Amino acid sequence: MDAMRANLTLAGRDPVVAPRQHAIPGDHVARNPGLPLDLDLVLAQRVNRSAAERRAATIPTRRTVKKQWQAAWLLRAITMIDLTTLAGDDTEGNVRRLCAKAMRPLRPELEAQLGVEGLHITTGAVCVYHQLVPTAVEALGDSGIPVAAVSTGFPAGLSPFETRVAEIRASVAAGAKEIDIVITRGHVLRGDWDALYDEVRTFRDACGAAHMKAILGTGELATLTNVARASMVAMMAGADFIKTSTGKEPVNATLPVSLVMARMIRSYFEATGFAVGYKPAGGIRSAKNALEYLYLIKEELGDRWLRPDLFRFGASGLLTDIERQLEHFATGRYSATHRQPMV
Amino acid sequence: MAPTISEIFASMDYGPAPESAAPANAWLDQHARAFGHFIKGAWTKASKRSQFDVIDPATSTVLATVAQGSRGDVDAAVAAARTALPAWQKLPAHARAKHLYALARAVQRNARLLAVLESMDNGKSIRETRDIDIPLVARHLYHHAGWAQLLDSEFAGYHGAGVVGQIIPWNFPLLMLAWKIGPALAAGCTIVLKPAEFTPLSALAFAELAHEAGLPPGVLNIVTGDGATGAALVDHPGVDKIAFTGSTEVGRVIRKATAGSGKKLSLELGGKSPFIVFDDADLDSVVEGVVDAIWFNQGQVCCAGSRLLMQEGIADRLVEKLRARMEKLRVGSPLDKTIDMGAIVAPVQLDRIRSLVTQGTQHGATCWQPSWAVPNTGSFYPPTLFTNVAPSSMIAQVEIFGPVLVAMTFRTPDEAVALANNTPFGLAASIWSDNINLALDLAPKVKAGVVWVNCTNLFDAAAGFGGYRESGYGREGGREGMWEYLTPDWQRAQPRAGSGARAGAGAVVMAAKGTKRVPAKAAAPAPHTGAVDRTAKLYIGGKQARPDSGYSIRVVGARNTMVGEVGEGSRKDIRNAVEAARTVAGSWSRMSGHARGQILYYIAENLSARADEFAARLKSLTGKDGHAEVHASIARLFTYAAWADKWDGQVHQTPIRGVTLAMNEPVGVIGIAAADAHPLLGFITLVAPAIAMGNTVVAVPSEAHPLAVTDFYQVLETSDLPGGVVNIVTGRRDELAKVLAEHDDVDAIWYRGYADGVRACEIASTGNMKQSWCESFTRDLLKPEQGEGREYLRRATQIKNIWIPYGE
Repeated sequence: MDAMRANLTLAGRDPVVAPRQHAIPGDHVARNPGLPLDLDLVLAQRVNRSAAERRAATIPTRRTVKKQWQAAWLLRAITMIDLTTLAGDDTEGNVRRLCAKAMRPLRPELEAQLGVEGLHITTGAVCVYHQLVPTAVEALGDSGIPVAAVSTGFPAGLSPFETRVAEIRASVAAGAKEIDIVITRGHVLRGDWDALYDEVRTFRDACGAAHMKAILGTGELATLTNVARASMVAMMAGADFIKTSTGKEPVNATLPVSLVMARMIRSYFEATGFAVGYKPAGGIRSAKNALEYLYLIKEELGDRWLRPDLFRFGASGLLTDIERQLEHFATGRYSATHRQPMV
Repeated sequence: MAPTISEIFASMDYGPAPESAAPANAWLDQHARAFGHFIKGAWTKASKRSQFDVIDPATSTVLATVAQGSRGDVDAAVAAARTALPAWQKLPAHARAKHLYALARAVQRNARLLAVLESMDNGKSIRETRDIDIPLVARHLYHHAGWAQLLDSEFAGYHGAGVVGQIIPWNFPLLMLAWKIGPALAAGCTIVLKPAEFTPLSALAFAELAHEAGLPPGVLNIVTGDGATGAALVDHPGVDKIAFTGSTEVGRVIRKATAGSGKKLSLELGGKSPFIVFDDADLDSVVEGVVDAIWFNQGQVCCAGSRLLMQEGIADRLVEKLRARMEKLRVGSPLDKTIDMGAIVAPVQLDRIRSLVTQGTQHGATCWQPSWAVPNTGSFYPPTLFTNVAPSSMIAQVEIFGPVLVAMTFRTPDEAVALANNTPFGLAASIWSDNINLALDLAPKVKAGVVWVNCTNLFDAAAGFGGYRESGYGREGGREGMWEYLTPDWQRAQPRAGSGARAGAGAVVMAAKGTKRVPAKAAAPAPHTGAVDRTAKLYIGGKQARPDSGYSIRVVGARNTMVGEVGEGSRKDIRNAVEAARTVAGSWSRMSGHARGQILYYIAENLSARADEFAARLKSLTGKDGHAEVHASIARLFTYAAWADKWDGQVHQTPIRGVTLAMNEPVGVIGIAAADAHPLLGFITLVAPAIAMGNTVVAVPSEAHPLAVTDFYQVLETSDLPGGVVNIVTGRRDELAKVLAEHDDVDAIWYRGYADGVRACEIASTGNMKQSWCESFTRDLLKPEQGEGREYLRRATQIKNIWIPYGE
């Protein structure tokens, strides 16, 4: 019976192997449980830099959105912002102000002009240092906006390992629903994938129910091939998101790096059926630039990755520029920064 | 009804993003949407009688009407160019440079108008015209402003070829115009250009801009029309050079039409370029490479990577990825800024694509197209991929010139090369591998004028572009492209064959030829010297061979005495000689320049040892003292022994992070027919540069005085020259030359002789579109500028541009 079926299958087989189709997640994204470290798969990843840069350079020239499409896309972008403050002088005061902005990113009259009051636009999360997690949790109340904490010796990630793990636990205990960990870049530069895997796996275990975003520090990984391999290891180790940068490296999110990371997410999804999220962070300040990231994600990963459970911007100033562009769309006049309530 | 913001917020769909057509329409309206030709700085009156419509292929609407150029129009344009020529040529180089600079600036100032007009006329996307075509136009003009400035120093001893006729295709209308006029203007030529009938508008707009930018009247004339107009231009006796880009079929017609006319000719023709993917390539980047290779400009690109050759192990995965990528491509209005592919240029082209795709399916290949439908008005065609394609199937062989990719697999690098070269074409190739050893090993093995390593369809004015084999000859861009528009100063004194008294000159030549074929009985036998009888044979594959025919030809020397006999070579001897030359071509070309140089020195050494004997032989043949010729022959062998390891390529300054290598490669097997004057030197003048550069040759020596050359094979035999590198077939030179010119495994024909022989060879060369270098005028071979040097080396090599981006 089985043999017969095999024969039938062969005879009627499509001449080209059908793509290994995994269902695109619906509303609920199943958490990536990770995989045992598969070094063959890691080392098989290679990126031709010039070719990747060429593709990245043409994504913004091949795609654009105008008029109400642009307005709608920018609104979607707002919902995917991790509104962030990560400064040494952060206090309860400015974090409360940030949270207020996260809950009400748009002025009511602008929402009315755009006809989008019903969308209840908020940012995707608020992202702070551990010390300010309780403040943010309290300020956001029952808004449903999660608090993300940067962790594990952010930004360099070189404090004692036990301390880094303990930091995750402390932030989760303080109410953070998302933890942005940093990897040891040295593991990548030395090709010590086992060490990287073990580190990220341990962090993930420490996160428990909180979602983990693995910051690769791509500006310090030297090559796109390293970015690809580090992405793959972080996903195998159970990352819910992979994230480019801390915002503190000399080079932060770029389109070529995003292209590579998005392709790794696609490969991982095709191999396992688990959808991992993507977060570019650092240096994304203009609405136009944000749209370029969205084109890239739509083209390389598809529409499902354009929702806050699978995509975030790590940004602070971006929101203000988006507000200005939306106001321009609504009024036909170019806007000014001081007209937008400050973050 | 347009969706609301909330709806789009939910769907995250793309919307329309139209580029305005208003300024382009206003420009058309200014001209009442009816154009004459642009001749001598002015529009000719548009005549209702002979005009045709120019159609927007995306909307099927008429954009304008243009004039159908008649022979009279072509006459007027050529006359205008001829009148303008002396003043233009006399301008200081710097003045011509300023004109080209002004043209580049004018293009930049009007970039968007030109981009929109081009998109409307051709159907290609505004993204491409805006980001690729028009910037490259400006780049080309800037680059050639530079060559204009440097002409006197960098091309000393050369001058512009004169009035040039240029015929360009519809796939990159303004870019092809720039590729053509840039070098022509820089060299000091004046121009009659015929744009393609589907896409004449940007050329007309450019003519107007050029006029406004101060280009003198008559320097650039535009005549619109169809193939008949082009034919009139090609045939025009007042044109000194023809440059053509288009199909191999039409290139063949043009080669025949210009045969024997002495017009310079450069042809950039079709292709079926391989896109080779090894299993260690970055496959996601490969996918984007394929998009840029075959879904760029709707696949209507002569150098499109249209044959995907995949290493077996990754084939299924790559096809999966391609199919997924095809789904994401967007086809639609060319003026929409968010589409990937616009319209096919015209319904007739769309029909051709459809019919070839139908054939492909009927012949058993599997056709993949995306699930979405293309617009049903206008000429649109979806991206298409064929798998299960046999190399023998029609779709794997012919140029489809549409967004249709055929995929095949290979097992080894050698098999990849074999498949890549399994085509009459040789325009371009892409090689994808992250192993530099493998990629750089393959690049020289692929028969193509342009090789892109881990990239595709990159163009720049600093790099030459052009093909091998039936993809044409000549290069456009870079230093190499300039030569197509230049003539050596010493040739100024030579009347161009075909200009003026061709028939008369031919008749004289024929008479001269007749006198050489003296019936044997008229000649007195040479006095018997008592020496042992010697039989001159053919020399094929390193062995002396009797002619297949079994006949000999009597050789009459000076004072009408019979000095010997040579074998009467025939078609079959040529066939055998070409086989011998082909067999050794690979190993000879791979030998180092130093090693080839050593052999040439050795040939010179052995000739020198027998100098008196050769001098005496020459005297017996020609009656003149032969010492000077023998010594010049030895010196010439030294010249090419010297050059053998010095004809360096270049690294071009293209705007990539990487290198673009311009490599000189041998042409292959060269058929040579030598002149009667200087029987030995004439032979060595052609054979030595050919073999020094790594070619192998089949040479037919002077018909009148072949014995100096049949003696010479004994020199070759004693000089370590591998058998088959030089093959000598004596006999009726013009008949044998024609057989060589017709032979599909001969890559070039070099003929020195009579005007009718030139014509016959050039016509016969069209079988495989071999390069022809055929002359009926006499060169003074003792003068170095006429008898040796770079001109010969350029003919003995073809330039392959290899683009190698780098960066980890």
